[in-house]
Amino acid sequence: MSDVETLPRAAQARPELPPPMGLLAELTHRCSLRCPYCSNPLELDRRSSELSTDEWKRLIDEAAALGVLHIYFSGGEPMLRRDIAELVAHAHDAGLYTNMITSGVGFQPAALDAVAEAGLDHIQLSVQAVDARTCDRVAGYEGASTRKHAVAADIARLGLRLTVNAVVHRENVHQIRDFVQLAEDWGAARIEIAHVQYYGWGLVNRARLMPTRKQVEAAMADVEEARGRTAGRLVIDCVLPDYYARYPKACMGGWGARLMNVTPSGRVLPCHAAETIAGMTFDNVRDLSLSEIWYRSAAFNAFRGTEWMKEPCRSCARKELDFGGCRCQAMALAGDASATDPACSLSPLHEEVVALAEADAASGRSDFVYRGYQGV
Amino acid sequence: MNADTTKTDITAIVPALPRGVRLRYDESRGQWFLLGPERVFEPDETAVEILQRVDGARSIAAIAQDLATAFEADRDEIAADVVQFLRGLADQRMIDL
Ligand code: SF4
Ligand code: SF4
Repeated sequence: MSDVETLPRAAQARPELPPPMGLLAELTHRCSLRCPYCSNPLELDRRSSELSTDEWKRLIDEAAALGVLHIYFSGGEPMLRRDIAELVAHAHDAGLYTNMITSGVGFQPAALDAVAEAGLDHIQLSVQAVDARTCDRVAGYEGASTRKHAVAADIARLGLRLTVNAVVHRENVHQIRDFVQLAEDWGAARIEIAHVQYYGWGLVNRARLMPTRKQVEAAMADVEEARGRTAGRLVIDCVLPDYYARYPKACMGGWGARLMNVTPSGRVLPCHAAETIAGMTFDNVRDLSLSEIWYRSAAFNAFRGTEWMKEPCRSCARKELDFGGCRCQAMALAGDASATDPACSLSPLHEEVVALAEADAASGRSDFVYRGYQGV
Repeated sequence: MNADTTKTDITAIVPALPRGVRLRYDESRGQWFLLGPERVFEPDETAVEILQRVDGARSIAAIAQDLATAFEADRDEIAADVVQFLRGLADQRMIDL
């Protein structure tokens, strides 16, 4: 057999590359909630195209053999899968550290008992706002807040390690202290405060979600104050919005460096928004092994290292620190995935982008476009 | 976690790995990891020796005694190192003290 046949789409195998640390398993795009910043793509995968239980199990085995340490069961709402406890048990038995990222809505308490029993290590419960009215409005679901409180009580009863996930934007970014208090009340060991990322649904809703610069600065001060107050009790991780920052975030810890993201129908992405990059193609676990995809796929190799960079990144001292920012944001804002992320103050587009953000923040719009199968 | 070292003897505390924190050896990298929520620690050899003795039954004093015997080192010095190491992890909720 010739090399060409064994390595079909292959760029070059990179044996010196370390294996991935984490795998985000998007089990389904189905979800009861309709958050206007949902990280799922505008075109959602249908239930009929979802990987089967056996396909996920095989994938989990491949991930463990490849060297993945953390698996994140995510979605959509992963608890809607009827085989969820079976998959958690399988991952646990394969030696993986198992995480569940849930909205808390759409399943019975018994399902939570089952995943705890199956060996779940850590659960992340999202909350859209601290007050019920805003929470339900952002989630696009009446009663979401009430349900989340009930699930938090179940998590405490089961003794599961809890992280509260707070996605913040113009309508709730002033609630940081309250989010932190809620996390403490719920017995969480950690809270993740993440500003909305503006691609996919978030980009569609940018004018409704973008905070003002003043709000962002106040939020940063609130986070610092909360860290001091809760030190030793609560770990506070915060993902900053970078439109107003000087340098962009080190997206994904580098493209194809740490994580793999598998969609409900088996496409493997270097990050969950990678499908917004025009012209990029993705391999499917139905066709290739996870290892082949990690080491050899065109998508994973596209932005590894620093060779692909253009100026100003190419000659910048920070290029190994932030990897030129986020490829998907470069695509969304500069129309070129290999451009410097316009969130960077050294990008020629930066001022334009900041002006856009400021205009969005001042728009006063609140007519959310909710996520859904009908598209935008 | 709430031990006040000025009044109590911290070495009497029995440390434990909380639920959601795991020490594991990874065959593919030939390396130990301490795993927690969104956390991957790569403990060095000494740290691994300490963590392997954190079983929710032994006190810090007992762990230090055991290490002192195994490595023919000064018990009190080791105890101080162990306390400092575990405190650092406790601050990040990776160890219960
Ligand atoms: S962001 Fe909201 S809508 Fe999207 S999967 Fe999570 S809970 Fe569901
Ligand atoms: S120019 Fe590129 S490498 Fe330099 S700080 Fe900006 S994004 Fe990072």
